[in-house]
Amino acid sequence: MFKKFQPSTDISGQTSVKSSIQRSLRANLLSQWNINPETLEEIWPKKESITLVKCRDHISIYALHGEPLFLQHFDDPLIPTLRLLHKYPFVLPKVGVDRGAIRFLLAGAPMMCPGLTSKGGYLPPAEQDIPAGKAVAIFAEGKEHAAGIGITKVSTEDMKKINKDVGVDTVLYLGDDLWAIQEI
Amino acid sequence: MASTSEETSVAIQPTPPAQVRYCEVCSFPLEYCEFGSSLTKCKEALQKDDPELYDHYYSEEALQAKLGTLSLDAQAKLEKETAKKEAKAVAKADAALKKKMVSQVTIKRIERNKRKHVTSVHGLETFGVDLKKAAKQFAQKFATGASVTKNTQGQDEIVVQGDVSAEIVEMIEEGQGVLKGIPRDNIVEVEDKKKKGGD
Repeated sequence: MFKKFQPSTDISGQTSVKSSIQRSLRANLLSQWNINPETLEEIWPKKESITLVKCRDHISIYALHGEPLFLQHFDDPLIPTLRLLHKYPFVLPKVGVDRGAIRFLLAGAPMMCPGLTSKGGYLPPAEQDIPAGKAVAIFAEGKEHAAGIGITKVSTEDMKKINKDVGVDTVLYLGDDLWAIQEI
Repeated sequence: MASTSEETSVAIQPTPPAQVRYCEVCSFPLEYCEFGSSLTKCKEALQKDDPELYDHYYSEEALQAKLGTLSLDAQAKLEKETAKKEAKAVAKADAALKKKMVSQVTIKRIERNKRKHVTSVHGLETFGVDLKKAAKQFAQKFATGASVTKNTQGQDEIVVQGDVSAEIVEMIEEGQGVLKGIPRDNIVEVEDKKKKGGD
Protein backbone atom coordinates (compact mmCIF):
# COMPACT_ATOMS: atom_id res chain seq x y z
CA MET A 1 0.00 0.00 0.00
CA PHE A 2 2.92 2.26 0.77
CA LYS A 3 5.42 0.93 -1.69
CA LYS A 4 5.22 4.26 -3.44
CA PHE A 5 4.11 7.15 -1.33
CA GLN A 6 5.12 10.75 -1.68
CA PRO A 7 3.87 13.15 0.94
CA SER A 8 3.89 16.09 -1.46
CA THR A 9 1.59 14.48 -4.02
CA ASP A 10 -0.25 11.71 -2.18
CA ILE A 11 -1.53 13.64 0.82
CA SER A 12 -4.65 15.59 0.03
CA GLY A 13 -5.28 17.30 3.33
CA GLN A 14 -4.98 17.35 7.07
CA THR A 15 -7.86 17.99 9.41
CA SER A 16 -8.41 17.66 13.11
CA VAL A 17 -10.96 15.04 14.03
CA LYS A 18 -14.27 15.78 15.72
CA SER A 19 -14.37 14.68 19.31
CA SER A 20 -17.35 12.40 18.74
CA ILE A 21 -15.44 10.64 15.96
CA GLN A 22 -12.39 10.44 18.19
CA ARG A 23 -14.52 8.69 20.78
CA SER A 24 -15.69 6.10 18.31
CA LEU A 25 -12.13 5.68 17.03
CA ARG A 26 -10.99 4.99 20.56
CA ALA A 27 -13.74 2.42 21.00
CA ASN A 28 -12.76 0.81 17.71
CA LEU A 29 -9.13 0.61 18.73
CA LEU A 30 -10.05 -1.03 22.01
CA SER A 31 -12.24 -3.61 20.30
CA GLN A 32 -9.93 -4.37 17.38
CA TRP A 33 -6.57 -4.38 19.12
CA ASN A 34 -5.47 -6.46 22.03
CA ILE A 35 -4.88 -3.47 24.25
CA ASN A 36 -6.17 -2.21 27.57
CA PRO A 37 -7.50 1.33 28.00
CA GLU A 38 -4.57 2.30 30.21
CA THR A 39 -1.99 1.49 27.57
CA LEU A 40 -4.02 3.22 24.90
CA GLU A 41 -4.03 6.24 27.18
CA GLU A 42 -0.21 6.15 27.08
CA ILE A 43 -0.14 6.03 23.29
CA TRP A 44 -2.91 8.52 22.80
CA PRO A 45 -3.70 10.60 25.88
CA LYS A 46 -7.34 11.55 26.28
CA LYS A 47 -6.67 15.27 26.18
CA GLU A 48 -4.71 15.17 22.94
CA SER A 49 -6.60 15.66 19.76
CA ILE A 50 -5.58 13.57 16.81
CA THR A 51 -5.17 14.73 13.21
CA LEU A 52 -6.56 12.91 10.24
CA VAL A 53 -4.26 12.92 7.24
CA LYS A 54 -6.19 12.04 4.12
CA CYS A 55 -4.22 10.38 1.37
CA ARG A 56 -4.86 9.00 -2.08
CA ASP A 57 -6.90 5.83 -2.55
CA HIS A 58 -8.97 6.44 0.57
CA ILE A 59 -6.12 5.86 2.96
CA SER A 60 -6.48 7.78 6.17
CA ILE A 61 -3.55 8.14 8.49
CA TYR A 62 -4.13 9.30 12.04
CA ALA A 63 -1.27 11.27 13.50
CA LEU A 64 -0.56 12.71 16.92
CA HIS A 65 1.67 15.79 16.95
CA GLY A 66 2.78 14.93 13.44
CA GLU A 67 3.81 11.38 14.28
CA PRO A 68 1.73 8.83 12.40
CA LEU A 69 0.10 6.40 14.84
CA PHE A 70 -2.30 4.28 12.87
CA LEU A 71 -4.05 4.14 9.55
CA GLN A 72 -7.10 2.81 7.85
CA HIS A 73 -8.05 1.99 4.30
CA PHE A 74 -11.78 2.42 3.69
CA ASP A 75 -13.40 0.48 6.52
CA ASP A 76 -10.64 -2.07 6.86
CA PRO A 77 -9.28 -2.79 10.32
CA LEU A 78 -7.20 -0.09 11.97
CA ILE A 79 -3.52 -0.75 11.50
CA PRO A 80 -0.78 0.63 13.74
CA THR A 81 2.35 1.98 12.10
CA LEU A 82 5.37 -0.30 12.33
CA ARG A 83 7.14 1.98 14.76
CA LEU A 84 4.14 1.88 17.08
CA LEU A 85 3.95 -1.88 16.72
CA HIS A 86 7.60 -2.19 17.68
CA LYS A 87 6.84 -0.33 20.87
CA TYR A 88 3.70 -2.32 21.65
CA PRO A 89 4.12 -5.65 19.87
CA PHE A 90 1.18 -7.31 21.64
CA VAL A 91 -1.60 -5.24 20.09
CA LEU A 92 -1.98 -7.44 17.02
CA PRO A 93 -2.15 -11.23 16.72
CA LYS A 94 1.06 -12.74 15.50
CA VAL A 95 2.04 -14.76 12.46
CA GLY A 96 5.57 -15.68 11.43
CA VAL A 97 7.27 -16.32 8.14
CA ASP A 98 10.39 -18.36 7.48
CA ARG A 99 13.74 -16.87 6.68
CA GLY A 100 13.42 -17.35 2.97
CA ALA A 101 10.36 -15.13 2.86
CA ILE A 102 11.85 -12.12 4.63
CA ARG A 103 13.46 -10.87 1.47
CA PHE A 104 10.14 -10.83 -0.35
CA LEU A 105 8.32 -9.35 2.61
CA LEU A 106 10.73 -6.44 2.71
CA ALA A 107 10.10 -5.90 -0.98
CA GLY A 108 6.40 -5.59 -0.25
CA ALA A 109 5.15 -8.89 -1.61
CA PRO A 110 2.09 -10.57 -0.08
CA MET A 111 2.90 -13.54 2.14
CA MET A 112 2.23 -16.95 0.64
CA CYS A 113 0.87 -19.79 2.75
CA PRO A 114 3.88 -22.13 2.42
CA GLY A 115 6.11 -19.48 3.99
CA LEU A 116 3.78 -19.31 6.96
CA THR A 117 3.22 -23.05 7.38
CA SER A 118 6.81 -24.21 6.93
CA LYS A 119 9.08 -25.09 9.83
CA GLY A 120 10.40 -21.57 10.27
CA GLY A 121 6.98 -19.98 10.06
CA TYR A 122 4.43 -19.57 12.80
CA LEU A 123 0.65 -19.72 12.81
CA PRO A 124 -1.46 -19.63 15.96
CA PRO A 125 -2.88 -22.96 17.18
CA ALA A 126 -6.36 -24.05 16.11
CA GLU A 127 -8.12 -22.69 19.19
CA GLN A 128 -6.77 -19.17 18.49
CA ASP A 129 -7.74 -19.21 14.85
CA ILE A 130 -7.51 -15.79 13.20
CA PRO A 131 -10.38 -15.26 10.73
CA ALA A 132 -9.90 -13.66 7.33
CA GLY A 133 -9.71 -9.89 7.06
CA LYS A 134 -7.92 -9.28 10.36
CA ALA A 135 -4.81 -7.19 10.87
CA VAL A 136 -1.82 -9.29 11.92
CA ALA A 137 1.77 -8.53 12.83
CA ILE A 138 4.19 -10.41 10.59
CA PHE A 139 7.22 -11.64 12.48
CA ALA A 140 10.22 -13.27 10.87
CA GLU A 141 12.11 -16.41 11.76
CA GLY A 142 14.95 -15.72 14.19
CA LYS A 143 14.01 -12.08 14.59
CA GLU A 144 12.73 -10.38 17.66
CA HIS A 145 10.77 -7.53 16.11
CA ALA A 146 8.01 -7.44 13.56
CA ALA A 147 9.01 -6.95 9.95
CA GLY A 148 5.61 -6.04 8.60
CA ILE A 149 1.89 -5.77 9.12
CA GLY A 150 -0.69 -7.46 6.96
CA ILE A 151 -4.32 -8.38 6.63
CA THR A 152 -5.24 -12.05 6.52
CA LYS A 153 -6.76 -13.12 3.24
CA VAL A 154 -8.03 -16.48 4.53
CA SER A 155 -8.34 -17.72 8.08
CA THR A 156 -5.23 -19.25 9.62
CA GLU A 157 -6.86 -22.68 9.78
CA ASP A 158 -7.55 -22.53 6.07
CA MET A 159 -3.93 -21.53 5.47
CA LYS A 160 -2.85 -24.74 7.16
CA LYS A 161 -5.36 -26.82 5.22
CA ILE A 162 -5.05 -25.36 1.74
CA ASN A 163 -1.43 -24.21 2.00
CA LYS A 164 -1.46 -22.45 -1.31
CA ASP A 165 -1.57 -18.92 -2.66
CA VAL A 166 -1.66 -15.70 -0.69
CA GLY A 167 -2.20 -16.03 3.04
CA VAL A 168 -1.54 -12.52 4.28
CA ASP A 169 -1.71 -9.34 2.26
CA THR A 170 1.18 -7.09 3.22
CA VAL A 171 0.15 -3.57 4.16
CA LEU A 172 3.23 -2.16 5.85
CA TYR A 173 6.77 -3.45 5.86
CA LEU A 174 10.20 -2.29 6.91
CA GLY A 175 11.59 0.15 4.43
CA ASP A 176 8.40 1.15 2.66
CA ASP A 177 7.72 4.80 2.03
CA LEU A 178 5.64 5.22 5.17
CA TRP A 179 8.53 3.82 7.22
CA ALA A 180 10.67 6.62 5.86
CA ILE A 181 8.17 9.23 7.00
CA GLN A 182 8.75 9.88 10.64
CA GLU A 183 6.79 13.05 10.68
CA ILE A 184 3.86 14.17 8.59
CA MET B 1 -20.05 -0.90 33.97
CA ALA B 2 -18.62 2.17 35.68
CA SER B 3 -17.97 0.45 38.97
CA THR B 4 -16.32 -2.63 37.46
CA SER B 5 -14.00 -0.66 35.19
CA GLU B 6 -12.93 1.46 38.12
CA GLU B 7 -11.95 -1.58 40.10
CA THR B 8 -9.89 -3.03 37.31
CA SER B 9 -8.22 0.22 36.38
CA VAL B 10 -6.59 0.39 39.81
CA ALA B 11 -4.97 -2.98 39.25
CA ILE B 12 -3.98 -2.61 35.61
CA GLN B 13 -0.93 -0.54 34.89
CA PRO B 14 -0.24 0.66 31.39
CA THR B 15 2.32 -1.51 29.67
CA PRO B 16 5.46 0.50 29.04
CA PRO B 17 6.62 0.72 25.43
CA ALA B 18 9.35 -1.66 24.35
CA GLN B 19 12.58 0.02 23.35
CA VAL B 20 13.75 -0.90 19.90
CA ARG B 21 17.15 0.17 18.72
CA TYR B 22 17.17 1.31 15.16
CA CYS B 23 20.23 1.32 12.96
CA GLU B 24 21.55 4.80 12.41
CA VAL B 25 22.51 4.06 8.85
CA CYS B 26 19.52 2.29 7.37
CA SER B 27 16.89 3.09 10.06
CA PHE B 28 15.81 -0.58 10.31
CA PRO B 29 15.84 -2.42 13.63
CA LEU B 30 19.39 -3.70 14.04
CA GLU B 31 18.54 -7.30 13.26
CA TYR B 32 17.14 -6.36 9.86
CA CYS B 33 20.24 -4.54 8.66
CA GLU B 34 21.21 -7.63 6.72
CA PHE B 35 18.20 -7.12 4.49
CA GLY B 36 18.87 -3.47 3.91
CA SER B 37 20.99 -2.06 1.14
CA SER B 38 23.91 -0.84 3.23
CA LEU B 39 24.93 -3.83 5.36
CA THR B 40 28.65 -3.08 5.34
CA LYS B 41 28.11 0.46 6.50
CA CYS B 42 25.58 -0.63 9.12
CA LYS B 43 28.05 -3.18 10.44
CA GLU B 44 30.86 -0.64 10.68
CA ALA B 45 28.70 1.90 12.45
CA LEU B 46 27.46 -0.62 14.99
CA GLN B 47 30.91 -2.02 15.64
CA LYS B 48 32.18 1.42 16.46
CA ASP B 49 29.12 2.37 18.45
CA ASP B 50 28.38 -0.72 20.49
CA PRO B 51 30.81 -3.65 20.10
CA GLU B 52 28.80 -5.84 22.48
CA LEU B 53 25.67 -5.62 20.40
CA TYR B 54 27.72 -6.12 17.30
CA ASP B 55 28.92 -9.46 18.66
CA HIS B 56 25.36 -10.36 19.50
CA TYR B 57 24.28 -9.96 15.90
CA TYR B 58 27.34 -10.74 13.80
CA SER B 59 29.52 -13.22 15.73
CA GLU B 60 30.11 -16.68 14.30
CA GLU B 61 27.56 -18.46 16.51
CA ALA B 62 24.96 -15.85 15.79
CA LEU B 63 25.45 -16.35 12.08
CA GLN B 64 25.26 -20.11 12.53
CA ALA B 65 22.06 -19.89 14.56
CA LYS B 66 20.58 -17.57 12.01
CA LEU B 67 20.80 -20.14 9.28
CA GLY B 68 17.87 -21.90 10.92
CA THR B 69 15.79 -23.93 8.54
CA LEU B 70 17.29 -22.41 5.45
CA SER B 71 19.43 -24.66 3.30
CA LEU B 72 23.02 -23.70 2.56
CA ASP B 73 22.23 -23.18 -1.08
CA ALA B 74 19.48 -20.73 -0.34
CA GLN B 75 21.69 -18.94 2.14
CA ALA B 76 24.43 -18.49 -0.44
CA LYS B 77 21.91 -17.19 -2.89
CA LEU B 78 20.59 -14.77 -0.33
CA GLU B 79 24.05 -13.45 0.41
CA LYS B 80 24.73 -12.95 -3.25
CA GLU B 81 21.49 -11.11 -3.58
CA THR B 82 22.37 -8.85 -0.65
CA ALA B 83 25.75 -8.03 -2.13
CA LYS B 84 24.12 -7.22 -5.42
CA LYS B 85 21.59 -4.99 -3.75
CA GLU B 86 24.31 -3.20 -1.89
CA ALA B 87 26.30 -2.54 -5.04
CA LYS B 88 23.17 -1.24 -6.67
CA ALA B 89 22.47 1.12 -3.79
CA VAL B 90 26.01 2.44 -3.88
CA ALA B 91 25.77 3.04 -7.61
CA LYS B 92 22.47 4.79 -7.11
CA ALA B 93 23.90 7.05 -4.42
CA ASP B 94 26.83 7.85 -6.67
CA ALA B 95 24.57 8.75 -9.54
CA ALA B 96 22.47 10.95 -7.28
CA LEU B 97 25.57 12.73 -6.06
CA LYS B 98 26.82 13.24 -9.58
CA LYS B 99 23.49 14.64 -10.60
CA LYS B 100 23.61 16.95 -7.65
CA MET B 101 27.03 18.18 -8.63
CA VAL B 102 25.93 19.17 -12.12
CA SER B 103 22.49 20.48 -11.26
CA GLN B 104 22.24 24.20 -10.88
CA VAL B 105 20.37 26.66 -8.80
CA THR B 106 19.11 29.37 -11.10
CA ILE B 107 18.33 32.78 -9.73
CA LYS B 108 16.45 34.78 -12.28
CA ARG B 109 15.51 38.41 -12.22
CA ILE B 110 12.33 38.89 -14.19
CA GLU B 111 11.15 42.28 -15.31
CA ARG B 112 7.53 42.70 -14.53
CA ASN B 113 6.99 46.36 -15.17
CA LYS B 114 9.45 48.95 -16.36
CA ARG B 115 11.09 49.29 -12.99
CA LYS B 116 9.61 46.46 -11.01
CA HIS B 117 11.05 42.98 -10.79
CA VAL B 118 10.42 39.62 -9.29
CA THR B 119 13.15 37.11 -8.51
CA SER B 120 12.65 33.43 -9.15
CA VAL B 121 14.83 30.76 -7.56
CA HIS B 122 14.81 27.40 -9.24
CA GLY B 123 16.53 24.12 -8.44
CA LEU B 124 16.85 24.32 -4.68
CA GLU B 125 15.04 21.04 -4.10
CA THR B 126 17.83 18.94 -5.62
CA PHE B 127 19.97 20.01 -2.69
CA GLY B 128 17.46 18.83 -0.15
CA VAL B 129 16.07 22.22 0.71
CA ASP B 130 12.47 22.41 1.82
CA LEU B 131 11.02 24.92 -0.64
CA LYS B 132 8.23 26.05 1.62
CA LYS B 133 10.61 26.79 4.44
CA ALA B 134 13.02 28.56 2.12
CA ALA B 135 10.22 30.73 0.75
CA LYS B 136 9.23 31.62 4.29
CA GLN B 137 12.81 32.54 5.05
CA PHE B 138 13.05 34.79 2.02
CA ALA B 139 9.77 36.46 2.89
CA GLN B 140 10.95 37.11 6.39
CA LYS B 141 14.34 38.39 5.39
CA PHE B 142 13.24 40.73 2.63
CA ALA B 143 9.84 41.61 4.09
CA THR B 144 8.19 40.87 0.76
CA GLY B 145 5.96 38.18 -0.62
CA ALA B 146 7.64 34.89 -1.47
CA SER B 147 5.83 31.82 -2.66
CA VAL B 148 6.37 28.38 -4.10
CA THR B 149 4.85 28.23 -7.56
CA LYS B 150 4.99 25.95 -10.55
CA ASN B 151 6.73 27.38 -13.58
CA THR B 152 5.74 26.72 -17.17
CA GLN B 153 7.54 23.35 -17.18
CA GLY B 154 5.60 22.32 -14.12
CA GLN B 155 8.59 22.43 -11.81
CA ASP B 156 8.49 24.06 -8.43
CA GLU B 157 10.29 27.32 -7.91
CA ILE B 158 10.28 30.12 -5.42
CA VAL B 159 9.16 33.54 -6.58
CA VAL B 160 10.20 36.48 -4.43
CA GLN B 161 8.78 39.92 -5.05
CA GLY B 162 11.31 42.62 -5.74
CA ASP B 163 14.81 42.49 -7.13
CA VAL B 164 16.73 40.58 -4.49
CA SER B 165 18.89 38.35 -6.70
CA ALA B 166 22.19 39.62 -5.34
CA GLU B 167 21.07 39.13 -1.76
CA ILE B 168 19.79 35.64 -2.46
CA VAL B 169 23.11 34.63 -4.02
CA GLU B 170 24.82 35.94 -0.92
CA MET B 171 22.46 34.06 1.37
CA ILE B 172 23.01 30.79 -0.46
CA GLU B 173 26.75 31.23 -0.43
CA GLU B 174 26.73 31.80 3.29
CA GLY B 175 24.29 28.95 3.79
CA GLN B 176 21.86 30.87 5.95
CA GLY B 177 18.98 29.03 7.61
CA VAL B 178 17.70 26.14 5.51
CA LEU B 179 19.88 26.98 2.49
CA LYS B 180 22.71 24.63 3.38
CA GLY B 181 25.06 22.54 1.32
CA ILE B 182 24.89 24.27 -2.02
CA PRO B 183 28.29 24.68 -3.71
CA ARG B 184 29.09 28.17 -4.92
CA ASP B 185 29.83 26.98 -8.45
CA ASN B 186 26.31 25.70 -8.91
CA ILE B 187 24.65 29.06 -8.53
CA VAL B 188 23.70 30.82 -11.74
CA GLU B 189 22.37 34.32 -11.92
CA VAL B 190 20.26 35.17 -14.95
CA GLU B 191 18.40 38.25 -16.04
CA ASP B 192 15.20 38.03 -18.01
CA LYS B 193 14.42 41.24 -19.89
CA LYS B 194 11.21 40.22 -21.60
CA LYS B 195 8.12 41.98 -20.46
CA LYS B 196 6.29 38.78 -19.73
CA GLY B 197 8.49 36.66 -17.51
CA GLY B 198 9.29 33.00 -17.95
CA ASP B 199 11.17 31.24 -20.69
